[in-house]
Amino acid sequence: MAEKTFAEINAKIRAGKAVVVTAEELVQMVAEKGVNQAAKEVDVVTTGTFAPMCSSGAYFNFGHSVPRIKFCRVWLNNVPAYAGLAAVDAFLGATALPEEDPLNKNHPGEFRYGGGHVIEDFVARKPISLKALGYGTDCYPRREIETVVTLDEVNEAVLFNPRNAYQNYNCAVNTGARTLYTYMGVLKAHLGNAHYSTSGQLSPLLKDPYFRTIGVGTRIFLGGGTGYVVWNGTQHFPSIPALPEGAPPVPAGGTLAVLGDLKQMSPHWLRGTSMLGYGATLSVGIGIPIPVLNEEVCYWASRPDSELYAPVVDYAEAYPNRRPGNLGFVSYAELKSGRILIQGKEVPTAPLSSYVKAREISNILKQWILEGKFLLGEPVQLLPGPDAGITPKTLEIRDSGRRNR
Amino acid sequence: MAPSKVVLRFPAAIADKPIIFHLVKDYDLMINILKANINPHKEGTMVLDVVGEKTEAGLEFLRRQGVGVQPLTEDIVRNEERCTHCGACTAICPTGALYLDRPAMFVRFDSEACVVCQLCVRACPMQAMEVRF
Repeated sequence: MAEKTFAEINAKIRAGKAVVVTAEELVQMVAEKGVNQAAKEVDVVTTGTFAPMCSSGAYFNFGHSVPRIKFCRVWLNNVPAYAGLAAVDAFLGATALPEEDPLNKNHPGEFRYGGGHVIEDFVARKPISLKALGYGTDCYPRREIETVVTLDEVNEAVLFNPRNAYQNYNCAVNTGARTLYTYMGVLKAHLGNAHYSTSGQLSPLLKDPYFRTIGVGTRIFLGGGTGYVVWNGTQHFPSIPALPEGAPPVPAGGTLAVLGDLKQMSPHWLRGTSMLGYGATLSVGIGIPIPVLNEEVCYWASRPDSELYAPVVDYAEAYPNRRPGNLGFVSYAELKSGRILIQGKEVPTAPLSSYVKAREISNILKQWILEGKFLLGEPVQLLPGPDAGITPKTLEIRDSGRRNR
Repeated sequence: MAPSKVVLRFPAAIADKPIIFHLVKDYDLMINILKANINPHKEGTMVLDVVGEKTEAGLEFLRRQGVGVQPLTEDIVRNEERCTHCGACTAICPTGALYLDRPAMFVRFDSEACVVCQLCVRACPMQAMEVRF
């Protein structure tokens, strides 16, 4: 078939003639008609994911008070934000916690309110307490401020997440003898349960695994509003892992840095999240449209749960001590069945990623495109794929030599 | 006075031992098992109605055996607004009261099957499960 371009597909979207299907629908369509036919018919495939994504946050500009203050330290609803920017700019991270939080002192800690919850309260249009300290300068004489702000009253509020939408993720288990409280939820001892966290056949980066269409400038559904892919995410390792025989070679470790106007977003798609014994975070809803430029793009976008695999990783020993290896692979079809077999033992599975919300996002994005109000953003630069040869660097413990100075 | 309705949690190691029998034989208690979910080598739960003079001694016996004992005076409710149907509770809930409705993957809550163990209240990342007194 002839290649389609972003411009041609956008022209069809503007004319209300684009054919848009969700990734779930494409899986079904390709199973019935084949890749070749589906690639000819479909212009855009929509994906979705809704899950805790810790590397998230928002930056704000609060406007200037009388007299002016240059923030040295700042708290939003008692959660500290980073003030090492210009006078009234601050960055609030999703995992930030109030100084008075008992953390894990009474293990497992509950982490009921953190940065992610503040972001949810902002988009829910609730009043947020702002406290800040300054050290006083000739141009910014005020030394402290205590007031209330709302999302609509601040100059800018921008969601800027350095790492979201993991391409694939571990299926977490616990072979140890005690319950573990992790970012993958509560893991019961002796392989009591197995937790996974992607939407599988709806998951954005599993549907364009070689980054043929996604790059800097890709327009996306972000937190209920419109956002953009602005760079690869941190820990972007899009190499192809060793997979079970017969599995399509799908890279696993790609990630995205995304950005969007927080004022467009809603608490339905940005949700403060508390992981028992681990910490606070933010669940983020992301949907990415994949233009069907050719048959190859269509082939990858149509891989079903039965062909997508997650590695099973032990969080008792292997993960915390960064030991390589895993306990094998399981397909998302197996994971979604509710039971998997690990070391001969039948283990109940549960997701941390909402498939219900992922599907809803893929349908909303489909609707936006069908209505002509969402055009595809053609990347100015694609993201590094498996060919880039990126390998993880590690943090080694070295003597800084400072003691001798 | 000891509560008449209690929630018992049996660790996997003792789930296959005859324990409730002793409440009747040694403590002369009249018991009524309202709900039970006990399987060999798995953590088990039971809701028990207990009547008798030696109730407190009987419950103390259970604690010595490693059985978790707590009064049943509460109900668990789901805040539908906060639930995102992620599913994180479903492998934690010991009775299957919280489960995934496949293949659509909605999380369902069957309050009839709930034994108010409250594991979901702390495990739910969205704080959607609440105790109602």
